[in-house]
Amino acid sequence: MAHINSAAELEELRKGILSKIEPDKPCIAICAGIACLGLGNDRVISAFEEEIRKQSLETKVDIRATGCHGFCEKGPIVVIYPEEICYLEVTPEDVPEIISQTVVGKKVIDRLIYTDPNTGAKAVHQFEIPFYKNQSRLLIGNNPKINPKSIEDYLAIGGYSALAKALFAMNPEQVLEEIKKANLRGRGGGGFPAGSKWETTRNAPGEEKYVIVNAHEGEPGAFMDRALFTGNPHLVLEGLIIGAYTIGSHQGFIYTRHDTPQLRENIDIALSEAKEYGLLGENILGSGFNFNVEVHLDVGIFVSGESSALMRSIEGKSPEPRPKYIRTSVSGIWNKPSNLNNVETWANVPQIINNGSKWYSSIGTERSKGTKLISLSGNICNTGVVEVPMGTSLKEIIYNFGGGIPNGKKLKAVHFGGPMGGSIPESLIDSPLDFDVLSKLGTSLGAGDMLVLDEDNCMVETARYFLDFLSGESCGKCVPCREGIRQMLKTLTDITDGKGKEGDIELLEEIAGVVGEAALCSLGRSVPKPLLSMLKYFRDEYEAHIKEKRCPALFCKELKKGEL
Amino acid sequence: MDNDRIEQILNEHQGQAGSLIKVLMEIQEQNHWLPREVLVEVSEKLEVPLSRVLRIATFYKTFSLTPKGRHEIHVCTGTACKVRGAQRVLDEVQELTGIKPGETDSDLKFSLETVNCQGCCSLGPMIEVDGKTHSKISPAEIADALKKYE
Ligand SMILES: Cc1cc2nc3c(=O)[nH]c(=O)nc-3n(C[C@H](O)[C@H](O)[C@H](O)COP(=O)(O)O)c2cc1C
Ligand code: FES
Repeated sequence: MAHINSAAELEELRKGILSKIEPDKPCIAICAGIACLGLGNDRVISAFEEEIRKQSLETKVDIRATGCHGFCEKGPIVVIYPEEICYLEVTPEDVPEIISQTVVGKKVIDRLIYTDPNTGAKAVHQFEIPFYKNQSRLLIGNNPKINPKSIEDYLAIGGYSALAKALFAMNPEQVLEEIKKANLRGRGGGGFPAGSKWETTRNAPGEEKYVIVNAHEGEPGAFMDRALFTGNPHLVLEGLIIGAYTIGSHQGFIYTRHDTPQLRENIDIALSEAKEYGLLGENILGSGFNFNVEVHLDVGIFVSGESSALMRSIEGKSPEPRPKYIRTSVSGIWNKPSNLNNVETWANVPQIINNGSKWYSSIGTERSKGTKLISLSGNICNTGVVEVPMGTSLKEIIYNFGGGIPNGKKLKAVHFGGPMGGSIPESLIDSPLDFDVLSKLGTSLGAGDMLVLDEDNCMVETARYFLDFLSGESCGKCVPCREGIRQMLKTLTDITDGKGKEGDIELLEEIAGVVGEAALCSLGRSVPKPLLSMLKYFRDEYEAHIKEKRCPALFCKELKKGEL
Repeated sequence: MDNDRIEQILNEHQGQAGSLIKVLMEIQEQNHWLPREVLVEVSEKLEVPLSRVLRIATFYKTFSLTPKGRHEIHVCTGTACKVRGAQRVLDEVQELTGIKPGETDSDLKFSLETVNCQGCCSLGPMIEVDGKTHSKISPAEIADALKKYE
């Protein structure tokens, strides 16, 4: 493939790709997301390949291994185009029947389609399944349509048109204005407006500037960044290149997980394909703009997702955060201005440029715009990746998409943001998905990991678990964080072991106050959050552990079970 | 480990102190542990003080300074797996292998680690052995799952 040298050539190429696509030719899209891989979908893929060979259908049927479809609970998922028939929990044994009955015979196999466990209603197509119905899958909805290893698939759905628009029809100021007007807020946890961050880096003194994708995704229970980036790497890359152009950066970094081989492979392939096509490297699309990207891997510690720690790590040093009075947007990697955004934040950029800030800001709430990817997990019927407009109520997410709580248990709490987030009780689940509303309630949207807890979860043990996690994942550089976590963990462990004493809650509150104020980075400063939210809403459980030596959830082994 | 491969990794990054973590990661992935002689060589080739190499190699649990077992067991103790009973799974694995997270047994058969969320929370609780996922595993099924490994 030759280097594309103009916007017109890109459109020519796209036309060429589209003209080769036969809309009626059957295509079998098999989810190869992480969960489906874990369920052995590689065997399903090989079974399809073999069966197609056996029935000599190689030229008549296409196979596509795609990124995550989101409905992980029911994987491996297979969608058969052009009818878009969706089969769930497909095994290699089902494959010959799918080929002869559905692909060739155009008949739906009843046993493999979705059946509502409550009503018995069936759904043939993906969009009819309650899990998908009414989601707004603007970012992740294309996953079933593309092979992440093929840039042509991305070009076929309009990929890189936003880049061409930004480079040739807009100047960097106009792109920046659009992002600011869209009020795109960072999806990595803080909800900081991307536009102002870009502007700070753009205006910071110095010629050399960097842009970075934070694909560390260290929060346990968060898997949406991986699903999006593995499934559609060019979408993130396109956003990054547009950002680099806007900010005036010629060097980008992707900081990603070392332990997810498919993610790494798909990123590498995307980078080399983009380069080959002239969408990355020197003189992008003939515009004169140069931009390169380097991939760096995390070393498996949560704190390395923090912005300044991440930048140290890119420099090859150990990932320790530094105080925030100098912002990384002004002085980041090698003390050069460096703009860091989350995977999902970058992925939002192309659609804002293509459709305009007005369109974008019509989705969502007053101050939280666009859609949000949610990793829904815990005690929920449908674990998976959900994408909904901001403002959707938590209740809808849990019951409409998540299918409710399994095993007839009662919902107790919803926890957002992992070890740096907070829990809210069942009584507040009418609240909307909104950065500011959730933070007022004492939790925070975080990266979008939503953990559903049923009545069997003990809220003292849950706080203890988060602190135990953090004690291993903090860098240990500052005293408030290092010692504070240790003391809080010890007190909470005592309480769950039945050794809690009068005054423990007050002591915890005091230490939490100090750590929250005095820690060096936002890891330490967020440490108190889970605990304080639980003390706010579930204080009686803490008191029962201490005063009555009783665990109301019947979880803590050392304590008297249930009522006295 | 294949010394040529180490040489090749080191030569690719000769003099690039900034590639320290990347280089250690590549060697760890190839060799599954970092022998001291290799760390000395990393220090020399990348022109990074040995103290800094050691600091990084010892701090992060991704790196191992002792040989690993033939089979690496990872038990996910991420939130979703925890809520679905990861602790009982971990207890059972410890019971069966006789090792704790971070340890390798004396026959060098198994190494055990806990990991945070592997991104497949719908499969929890889950363990990974040599990269193969055993999903929705109950403590009772673990003995059977581990029997296969020699
Ligand atoms: C301990 C810690 C871990 C973090 N981990 C991540 C992460 O894995 N991914 C991420 O995007 N942001 C993470 N963040 C937030 C980043 O520091 C940063 O705010 C974010 O990547 C900026 O992107 P955004 O503005 O697009 O949200 C973490 C923050 C802290 C304090
Ligand atoms: S918590 Fe175990 S895979 Fe996510």
